[in-house]
Amino acid sequence: MSNIDKATVAKIARLARIKIEEDKLEPLAGELNNILDWVEQLSEVNTDNIEPMSSVVDAKLRWREDTVDDGDKQDSVLKNAPNAEYGFFAVPKVIE
Amino acid sequence: MMTDLTKLKIADARDLLKKGEFTSRELTEAHIAAVEASGTLNAYIEKTPDIALAQADAADAVIRAGGSKSMTGIPVGIKDLFATKGVHTQACSHILDGFKPEYESSVTQNLWDDGAVMLGKLNMDEFAMGSSNETSYYGAVKNPWRAEGSNNNYVPGGSSGGSVASVAGYAAMGATASDTGGSIRQPAAFTGTFGMKPTYGRCSRYGMVAFASSLDQAGPITRDVRDGAIMLGSMAGYDVKDSTSVDIPVPNFEAALTGDIRGMKIGIPQEYHLAGMPGEIEALWHKGIEWMKAAGAEVVDINLPHTRYALPTYYIVAPAEASSNLARYDGVKYGLRNVPDGGNLDDMYYTTRGEGFGEEVKRRIMIGTYVLSAGYYDAYYLKAQKVRRLIADDFKRAFEKVDAILTPTAPSAAFAFGEKSNDPLAMYLNDVFTVPASLAGLPGSSVPAGLSENGLPLGLQVLGKAWDEETVFRVSGVIEEAAAFSAQPEMWWR
Repeated sequence: MSNIDKATVAKIARLARIKIEEDKLEPLAGELNNILDWVEQLSEVNTDNIEPMSSVVDAKLRWREDTVDDGDKQDSVLKNAPNAEYGFFAVPKVIE
Repeated sequence: MMTDLTKLKIADARDLLKKGEFTSRELTEAHIAAVEASGTLNAYIEKTPDIALAQADAADAVIRAGGSKSMTGIPVGIKDLFATKGVHTQACSHILDGFKPEYESSVTQNLWDDGAVMLGKLNMDEFAMGSSNETSYYGAVKNPWRAEGSNNNYVPGGSSGGSVASVAGYAAMGATASDTGGSIRQPAAFTGTFGMKPTYGRCSRYGMVAFASSLDQAGPITRDVRDGAIMLGSMAGYDVKDSTSVDIPVPNFEAALTGDIRGMKIGIPQEYHLAGMPGEIEALWHKGIEWMKAAGAEVVDINLPHTRYALPTYYIVAPAEASSNLARYDGVKYGLRNVPDGGNLDDMYYTTRGEGFGEEVKRRIMIGTYVLSAGYYDAYYLKAQKVRRLIADDFKRAFEKVDAILTPTAPSAAFAFGEKSNDPLAMYLNDVFTVPASLAGLPGSSVPAGLSENGLPLGLQVLGKAWDEETVFRVSGVIEEAAAFSAQPEMWWR
């Protein structure tokens, strides 16, 4: 049985950088426990000596000449930024 | 107008356009009107009539010059997760507020290069996470189909709910969709449309908003199998911009529709007989088996022993990849930014993501973050990746004996709003028949095959070997022919 408590939910939320209101932590713990208890059934499966599968395509990454083939798009890159200044993304002050 | 142009199939319209029976402008204007009249369905979240008319006029010029291509002059809808230059692209999430890409997805570019016409952007579950289109920031989509004698509304399935509703509701001749665990096939089944998820790597993922990168594949929703073959042929193809796109030629899918499956071996996976599955689903499957036999195919019982572990595997792998992919939404580069008064950079991340993501998306990011976190990575994520290989190996062994696999697409017909949205696990079970092939990267279709007892559409799923979409199309065509599915939803929304 998976046992995620309020403190664990708060920790996961911090790792994921998602603000969760205090009163939502408990219900979310319940939901996550339900889902994790359900996936727990995978432990029945014998996976000794089985190679983990991360992709169905076993193609090797392709090589190409190390030359510039794209770029010079500063305006395009910044076009959708909530705040851009002097050709950079602007964010709230990080260093006091 | 002589007939309702919105009722035509792509193949017919293509031929009639070439003959000059009508122009793409006429066809497109009829569809723009149909899009306007489909507001109640909430299939479109952004309409692009000006772009459509410009593309239609360009198509008419091409047709007059005799240079028609496969999709020239055909009006289609685009799921909101395909980047369309200068046009609303938010995967129906609040966190991408106002995002208008500076680039075009390869799949849509392929369609425009072949002459297609864009009617607008289609509703979907937020970031494609859902099976009922109830998680969209822009509200739910209504299924054009209603139960016999009922005025109640049903979900269209998901995540490609807008795609299927626009096609079933005669507000697009075809639509792009995407499938991570069943998001093309399950909604197709719920709306009496044809849906095709090709082999992973067949369509480029460049410019497709990512959910789970090892699973996401684009595909078409159309009103019949031939239209699906035409549209996938246009969407598919090798693309240097996607490192998982595979460099093999795209066959002529339409030519695969020979109607001849004599001698073909069709596998029936015994593990798909679920306890408690509605009798009408079993009955439909049985009918499908009889149609295969009648067409001269040999039906073979097969075993896919790890089937029951596919859903739990998926609900580790997909959220893990999603939690990583969705880390990019941080309020810095595009979309929503919310900073509390006097807040610092970290506060901006928390608030933007807390307010920008919907409940289901947050739930999946949290699950993904947890299974990837120190101390749990091996027990959950690595374990799931190993079981994923066993599931893929099951299919590999089965396809040594059979050419295609036949199953129901979904364990039920469309359901009512709110029926499953408060129970994540009940919602996840919708994808029980579609998820295994997604994990294995195999092509699969859903073909309209009959009606439920209360008059809602049901679909059969055809699965094929990797890169053998042609067999999937051929078998789908035989089912379509045998099922002679001619029912149509009453147009209560127009």
